[in-house]
Amino acid sequence: MLLMDNNLYREQFKRSFAILKKNVRIYYSKGPVIIFGLLVPFFLFLSFYIGRNMPVEALIPGLLGMTALQLAQRSFHGRATSVGPAIVPWEARAKTLERLVSSPVSIWTIFLGDVFSSFLFGVIVSVSPIIVGLSIGVGIANPLILGLGIILATFCFASFSILLSAYPPTDNPASVMMLSSMIKFPLVFISGIFIPIEELPVWGKTISSISPLTYFTDLARHSIQGHSYYPMTLDFAVLAAFTIIFLVVAIKIHERTIRKRI
Amino acid sequence: MNTENAVEVSNLTKHFGEVVAVDHISFQVKKGELFGFLGPNAAGKTTTVRMLTGVIKPEEGTASILNYDILREGLKTRQLTGIVPEMANAYVDLSAWDNLMLTGELYGVPKKRRRERASKLLKEFGLYERRNHLVRGFSRGMKQKLLLCMALMNEPQILFLDEPTSGVDVGSQRLIRDMIRELNKSGATVFLTTHNMEEANALCDRIAIINHGKIATIDSPERLRMRSSGLQSIEVSFDKVVSVDELSKIHGIREARKMGDKMRLYVDEPSAVFDKLIDIARSKRLKIISLNTLVPTLEDVFLELVKES
Repeated sequence: MLLMDNNLYREQFKRSFAILKKNVRIYYSKGPVIIFGLLVPFFLFLSFYIGRNMPVEALIPGLLGMTALQLAQRSFHGRATSVGPAIVPWEARAKTLERLVSSPVSIWTIFLGDVFSSFLFGVIVSVSPIIVGLSIGVGIANPLILGLGIILATFCFASFSILLSAYPPTDNPASVMMLSSMIKFPLVFISGIFIPIEELPVWGKTISSISPLTYFTDLARHSIQGHSYYPMTLDFAVLAAFTIIFLVVAIKIHERTIRKRI
Repeated sequence: MNTENAVEVSNLTKHFGEVVAVDHISFQVKKGELFGFLGPNAAGKTTTVRMLTGVIKPEEGTASILNYDILREGLKTRQLTGIVPEMANAYVDLSAWDNLMLTGELYGVPKKRRRERASKLLKEFGLYERRNHLVRGFSRGMKQKLLLCMALMNEPQILFLDEPTSGVDVGSQRLIRDMIRELNKSGATVFLTTHNMEEANALCDRIAIINHGKIATIDSPERLRMRSSGLQSIEVSFDKVVSVDELSKIHGIREARKMGDKMRLYVDEPSAVFDKLIDIARSKRLKIISLNTLVPTLEDVFLELVKES
């Protein structure tokens, strides 16, 4: 019985990669998605950075944080919608979600596939700020921590992206995007991207502590600038906890609501 | 649980708000059978198929496919089935080939087998030359054929076809029907949803007629026709005009209708009325030009059953 279960889980895990490949082909490999994924965080950050007296080392952690979060909010096909949260309503509308649900794959398999594709894209896109940093002479004190941090954070935000589309069970990508923007933009401002956490007032520090982006930005600062506000282990632990919560809650909600979309 | 049955449905029920879409339906489909599920629009056909294929959950009742419960063992039932849903839902931003590869992967078909199977199916359905084209540019008929290819990627033991020939040209309809026959001949059980009487008559071993979410009857097309004896009729034409009223008075004729230059007489027992018609012809010096017995068409039976239910 256990062997059968293991085979079942292994087979379902394999099938989630079919979803991943499908998402990459349909949603993530489009030119506008990649260009917007790279340029939007870059220009948003520059608009804040230019004219302020900030060390160049402070630029890269913030840019990395925004890039990692942006994977949950990509411009798609020029329709100002995003990829991660928009996939489910988009597929519900195109009647392809029905195809997936009637296939021998579990809801977990479908959404793990969505998370994996979002994660893969996030990791690839996150490389660009590092290349920018290295090319302007920014040193990376701890590349291993940075690498692990990027992997954990992009997985966390990929899970967050499917949570954003979990409720309400709509087939309208624009509705999901509105909710997604309402949550994402405040996160950027409270997570130590533009202003380091130690410079925030007490209330600001308290608010920033509820954002997962804070802990990734903190990890990135530790890796590049050599100092962080929170202990590194706490950053990793909190990011891991957020990842599990986002993933489990998102899939549980999708399990309950997915049939209402079809 | 009967191992002879491919599908067993018991008291399956589904509401959408206040509306009862499917109302405690029960039926069985035998292994290797081509089973038609007939009904007018909004009768509950698609809802039934969607419940059986795991797309939506029933509120009441049970159903099993090849002895696996659709709710508790949904992955197993879906692994054994192929589905052509009512709405075209291939990925339009993928090519026909990529759609088939994706379907094969979702069903766990090994890579080599996937490629062989996709090539074979695309050739059989005349889509091989267009395999690398995006589905976005396909016609309705091509999409429908691709959906059928996708449904067959896993060599299913049971095939659910929801209006597979709806909206496609006559040539594609014939190709799809021929493929359905071939599949059934090779041993696959087919559950065919249609509102096309001719299609059901030409393809199905048995037919269930559903209306307002309830099964009105289940039988073979021929027995359904014969069972509706009240719909038997005689078509007669004379060389001179005979009034409808005059023929209506003959004992054994329930109703007489003028149909062009002929009279359609609805009777319970055709042979009993023949003699009387000949007597009338003799007494009035009429010549009988034609005299035919008509068995009811499946459409007559369907309309009567739908009216009754």
